[in-house]
Amino acid sequence: MAIKRPHALTDVELHYCPGCTHGIVHRLVAEVIDELGIEGKTVGVAPVGCSVFAYNYFNCDMIEAPHGRAPAVATGVKRARPECAVFTYQGDGDLAAIGTAETVHVGARGENITIIFINNAIYGMTGGQMAPTTIANQVTTTTPYGRSLQVNGNPVKVCEMLATLDGTAYAERVSVDCVKNVMAAKKAIKKAFTMQLEGKGLSIVEVLSTCPTNWGLAPNAAMQWLRDNLMPVFPLGVYKDVSKEESK
Amino acid sequence: MKKAVFDENRCKGCGLCVEACPRKLVELDKHRLNRKGYHPADCTDTERCNGCGLCAMMCPDTAITVED
Amino acid sequence: MSEKVLMKGNEALAEAAIRCGCTHFFGYPITPQTELSEYMAKQMPKRGGLYLQAESEIAAINMVLGAASAGVRVMTSSSSPGISLKCEGISYLIGSDLPCVIVNMQRGGPGLGGIQPAQSDYFQATRALGHGDGHAIVLAPATVQEVVNTTTLAFDLADIYRTPVMILGDGALGQMMEPIDFAEVPRRQCPAKDWACTGTGMKRPHNIVNSLYIQPEDLERLVEERFERYAKIEAEEALWEEQNTEDTELVLVAYGITARIAKSAMNMAREKGLKVGLVRPITLWPFPKKPLDKLSATAKRFLCVELSMGQMVEDVRLVVNGRAPVDFFGRTGGMLMTPAELLAQIEERMGK
Repeated sequence: MAIKRPHALTDVELHYCPGCTHGIVHRLVAEVIDELGIEGKTVGVAPVGCSVFAYNYFNCDMIEAPHGRAPAVATGVKRARPECAVFTYQGDGDLAAIGTAETVHVGARGENITIIFINNAIYGMTGGQMAPTTIANQVTTTTPYGRSLQVNGNPVKVCEMLATLDGTAYAERVSVDCVKNVMAAKKAIKKAFTMQLEGKGLSIVEVLSTCPTNWGLAPNAAMQWLRDNLMPVFPLGVYKDVSKEESK
Repeated sequence: MKKAVFDENRCKGCGLCVEACPRKLVELDKHRLNRKGYHPADCTDTERCNGCGLCAMMCPDTAITVED
Repeated sequence: MSEKVLMKGNEALAEAAIRCGCTHFFGYPITPQTELSEYMAKQMPKRGGLYLQAESEIAAINMVLGAASAGVRVMTSSSSPGISLKCEGISYLIGSDLPCVIVNMQRGGPGLGGIQPAQSDYFQATRALGHGDGHAIVLAPATVQEVVNTTTLAFDLADIYRTPVMILGDGALGQMMEPIDFAEVPRRQCPAKDWACTGTGMKRPHNIVNSLYIQPEDLERLVEERFERYAKIEAEEALWEEQNTEDTELVLVAYGITARIAKSAMNMAREKGLKVGLVRPITLWPFPKKPLDKLSATAKRFLCVELSMGQMVEDVRLVVNGRAPVDFFGRTGGMLMTPAELLAQIEERMGK
């Protein structure tokens, strides 16, 4: 297997902390854009959060959206330029807290865009606060005694939620904790973009990711923590795939 | 023969590649710091590297490429 | 060719927008701008454009941000409480140098306020359409024909200066019907949008539309550059109408619907021999300082008339700068003053 730097990534060095899985997902998205030959017609929308600088890292045209509004911004782009491949790259706070309405409604409308959703169960950029996907008893700086379900409620399961909407064409949860899962994640991302190119509707890939810095774990230990703690709450798998339903 | 090539200056010494190598050939060089101030990863035995690319797949910083 | 038609302000605005190339409209229903959205919903699909009802005002303004980034002429409309929701997005539009047109058919506030005409969003429109150092151009038409003309101008100015432009109307202007002529609308030359995100086509470096500048030096430089553009706008784009200002002792200052009431009151005062004139700002930002500065040397006093507790009056005072007394008369909460009511105010101030 020859692995080289994808053309769809710029030469800019990523600002992420050591071992942060954003870099892996950036590379996978860029590899998919390369393989589909769509860099010249792709427009990406960056979120607010750790991946806010994504506009510096992808070689396609990029827009930086207000916090949580990337799906609405992507809607504007896609409706103005239906020939473009449009994707958002969002974290859990951006997508599942402040931007929940925007997220739900691109699903309801069947907006023909692709969402890459990074779920690491914590707010990274602001220094480790509770996310909408923080799991029960998880310690963050704003749940210092662990997330209490009585006080803070339950984590949001995005793929499960979006799968209930008729406009969602494809929803899959993947992980990048090990080589096997990284390869599966890439396959899912490619499928999501392909379904957009086929005009199927909203495609979303939720990527279980780590935050070694704010979890207080070394990168490899963080991968293990993801497997032990996040995967049972957020099971990997395909939650919606209209291409499968069509072929039935 | 394909080999993993490490770009020392992109490396942040996270060690995900160390875990990924099926032959346990990758190590962080604890005796050196790169320009970012990290112990860079490198292949300890290039003869035994078969260029499988698993280290590169796990690298968050595209510091590893697999070349002929 | 002349083609006089009778239209409501809200509908005329929508029609003017479509005629000058607005292809995308994103909105959320709110009284009293609903006819504008409904007109767009009816017309856009027939004329190759898009009307999309968003899930919120916030989503609508961010759809505008996306479509503007992609280089098309795009508009949204709302009324006061809805504009407050849009302010986050407007700040980002300003910070990203994106052209678009935002309509505010004002109603009474604060809070849910009322649904009758008001001018109590002047401060918001001219001072604080979101956080940060920045402005949007603000146009305030007073007739339905002027609604048509300023809508076209709004799109042109937005493209020329790469800035959001707000059309600040009110419930009365949106609802009133007047004859209009679409043929008479002047047009400006607009630059190509080579900065837009339309896909690189692998032929150019990637375009980035962004308002984040993490290095303070960079942000300061960028904001200063933007303010150089604002200085040009202030120097070249201020618009106003003057009436009876040659010999005037008392200068009425009013915009939009209030200027029409002020005109009637002025004419009644003139019939009584009172030397009353009117300055009607058409651009609220940039505020037309020139005529007021000139009149400060000759007029005895100023009377600013608004449908608010007094907002534009502060701009008038800044220009007059103590050279003459600047009084204020206003109604608020959705109430209009009558010309007779205003005439009484004029007479009282002129010692009659």
